[in-house]
Amino acid sequence: MLVLAQSGFPEVMGGLTLYHYLMVSAVMFCLGLIGFVTRRNLIVMFLCTEMMFQASGIALVAFSRFYLETTGQVFVIFVLTVAAAEAAMALALVVLLFRRHETLDGSVWSVLKG
Amino acid sequence: MLLESLVLSPTIAAADAARAVGAAPMWVIAIPMLPLLAAALNTLTAIFKVKTKLPAWITVFSLAASFVLTVMAYMTLRGETTGVVAWDWFDLSWGDGQGQHLLANFGFYIDNLTLIWMLFVTGLATLIALYASEYMAHDVGAGYSRFFMAFCLFVFSMACLVMGDNLLLLYLGWEGVGLCSYLLIGYFYKKPAAVAAAKKAFIVNRIGDLGLAIGVMLTFVHFGTVEYAELFNSAQLQGYIEAVQTGHAGEVPLMAQLIPVFLMIGAFGKSAQFPLYVWLPDAMEGPTPVSALIHAATMVTAGVYLIARMYPVFLVSAWALPVVAWIGTITALLAATIGMAQFDIKRIMAYSTVSQLGYMFAGLGMLASTGAVFHVITHAFFKALLFLCCGAVMHGFAGQLDLRRLSGLWHIKGWRIVAVGMLVGCLNLSGVPFTSGFFSKDMIIAESFVTPGYGFSLLGWVLLITAGMTAYYTFRVFYRVFVGPVVYEPGDELHSAEEEEAHEEELEHEHATGGHFHPHAPGIAINTVLATLSVLAIVAALLYFVSPEKHGWVGSMLESSTAATIHSEAAGEHGPAVAMFTIQEHAPASHGEAHAGEAAHGSFLGYNPHEVMFYVSAIFGLLGIAIAAWAHGPRGIASGFLGNRTDAAHCRMDTIAKRFGPIPRWAENKWYVDEFYNFILVRPLWVLGHLFHAIDRLLVDGLVNLFGVLPRLLGRGAQPAQSGILHSYALSMAGGLGVLLLIIVVVTH
Repeated sequence: MLVLAQSGFPEVMGGLTLYHYLMVSAVMFCLGLIGFVTRRNLIVMFLCTEMMFQASGIALVAFSRFYLETTGQVFVIFVLTVAAAEAAMALALVVLLFRRHETLDGSVWSVLKG
Repeated sequence: MLLESLVLSPTIAAADAARAVGAAPMWVIAIPMLPLLAAALNTLTAIFKVKTKLPAWITVFSLAASFVLTVMAYMTLRGETTGVVAWDWFDLSWGDGQGQHLLANFGFYIDNLTLIWMLFVTGLATLIALYASEYMAHDVGAGYSRFFMAFCLFVFSMACLVMGDNLLLLYLGWEGVGLCSYLLIGYFYKKPAAVAAAKKAFIVNRIGDLGLAIGVMLTFVHFGTVEYAELFNSAQLQGYIEAVQTGHAGEVPLMAQLIPVFLMIGAFGKSAQFPLYVWLPDAMEGPTPVSALIHAATMVTAGVYLIARMYPVFLVSAWALPVVAWIGTITALLAATIGMAQFDIKRIMAYSTVSQLGYMFAGLGMLASTGAVFHVITHAFFKALLFLCCGAVMHGFAGQLDLRRLSGLWHIKGWRIVAVGMLVGCLNLSGVPFTSGFFSKDMIIAESFVTPGYGFSLLGWVLLITAGMTAYYTFRVFYRVFVGPVVYEPGDELHSAEEEEAHEEELEHEHATGGHFHPHAPGIAINTVLATLSVLAIVAALLYFVSPEKHGWVGSMLESSTAATIHSEAAGEHGPAVAMFTIQEHAPASHGEAHAGEAAHGSFLGYNPHEVMFYVSAIFGLLGIAIAAWAHGPRGIASGFLGNRTDAAHCRMDTIAKRFGPIPRWAENKWYVDEFYNFILVRPLWVLGHLFHAIDRLLVDGLVNLFGVLPRLLGRGAQPAQSGILHSYALSMAGGLGVLLLIIVVVTH
């Protein structure tokens, strides 16, 4: 196992270690993944991908704090920006796809199957 | 100057002086360039869709101008060897050694041999273009332009061939005339026979052309030059000739002896000699003016020109010229036997052309170059005349050429000039005394008895018998078609595919109304040309009397050209070539009295061949005519002798031919030479071609296709993964990620 207690880790945080943060992140990621795989609603699937995004963001911030480096946090800000732009586009796409087939079911889009 | 403006960058190379060749005036460049210009103009008339006879007039005037210039050149340059460079063409150098500098300018070499050829080429081309203006009239439009474009291009190519000052330019002209011949034979391109004939002519000519190409290359490799002036003046060539003359023929390297062999193959191909003669009879599918100009008068004599021009090169081999003589004689005899049994009059003339070309080659081979070249000239006139007469018949009788279906044309109104022209041509071809054909043929036959050795006297006898056969088949045509009862049926062949429907309707109309076919007599253009050519064919005989001591005008001309072999008997001087044969005779030393001068002369049954040959060949010729009259003549004044033919199809020959068993049928089928070639060459090549095709398709294509198929098969294997279900993609992605992580964990710990 990883050595979870680190020197320089603020006392105030009490029993909270990197381990907890990573667990949250992993749980969120898995939830997002399961949601993405099981649901057919395009919007929900999209939300699930957003959740996976945020899970990775938590992990990055946690590591950033753990190693006392700002790179991870900067990276998260970029991810958030991109995610915002991507959300705008993805939702627009969903609207267009909906107009085509009058449904939000993702499984109707299988034109390119082999 | 207007003429100079035709020439791109006229530069008389400074090297001219070094070539020991005088400078010809610049305007001689216009002789070949005017036909080229006309060809370009005729292309324009095709582009602008001219629907008049304009292309014909462009052609006639440019060719006439070319002829006038040639006459001027003859007047001013006769007897000299001059040259002029139109522009630089090839000037490649890759070292300083011998054979490392290829110089071939677009230049012209004018000596008497060139002048002789250009005079009759441009003169006849002009006349025949005039004839064609009427003959091709039914095709006015795109076909007319196409015809005259190829016609002019032919004259240009022929001029390059004859006037070029190096072998490379000769080769260009050689291929050019071959191309134009192909284009014009295949003029009626909707007729399968014409297309096949064009292809055959082209392919058979390729064989000869390959020989010529190799000959030119060997000349360059061995002598280091392709320019005539440099080649003929080279010490190397002079040394070889001297070695042969002094009886040291063995000292000449093999490569130098091979050069004439390859040049010979080229000449045999272009001039339709055995075994490459098969294309010429088929070439008669082209329009008749083409047959007359290209396949009788000019292009087919290119081989004769080549050998006459390269005579010094032929002299370095002791047996090159005898081979030429033998091949020529074999061709003459073979073609004559075939000609005797044909029924298509144009085809008879074609075989007679092959046969007469055989005479020319025999003459060249026997060192009777004067006789050969004289025969080229006289033959050009009378054979063009004969072809044009046949063409007039074909034109007037809707393509009828079968002598069993035509008779008595002499008596039909409007056909008298054609009949007289035919008679003049036939008399010349038969060698009837005091016609031009008589003198020229005699010179060749007499020479075969004069020059001993190599079995030439045997060849002389063969040529004499062939002369009799020639007279027979020539007058067979005349007696069958032009005299006797008036009987004719129209041919079913039509002049042009475009006109076919219209003409058919016309014919149907005629049948429907019960009116019978009216042949349309030739018009003014055709008659003028026929009359002119008749006069020229007769007048050509006078050339013999111009300077008799040198065997006529031709002899006096050739004296100062590369084809000079004249040996003045009075002075006892021998040209290099004659000396060579004398030496050859001395070496075996079996001919006891074969010593210099008079004794080296052969004899004809103990007489001087030059003196008795006139009578002997006249007897053979007249005998042939008499047999033709007896076997094919109509019932006439002396019905007992002059045949008993009362209709077109039947004559006394039919019963005689039966006595010969299958031989006449074999001769009619051309001794099955075509079938033989088909069997030993065409079929195997066809099979081989298909074999290669199969190999290409299975092996090469298979390999290529395999590489095409492999990725597809691979893709087929991975295809199921592309199920179209979004979730399964996501799942496999997640699964893949998991597996990847697992591997990392396992590997790193």
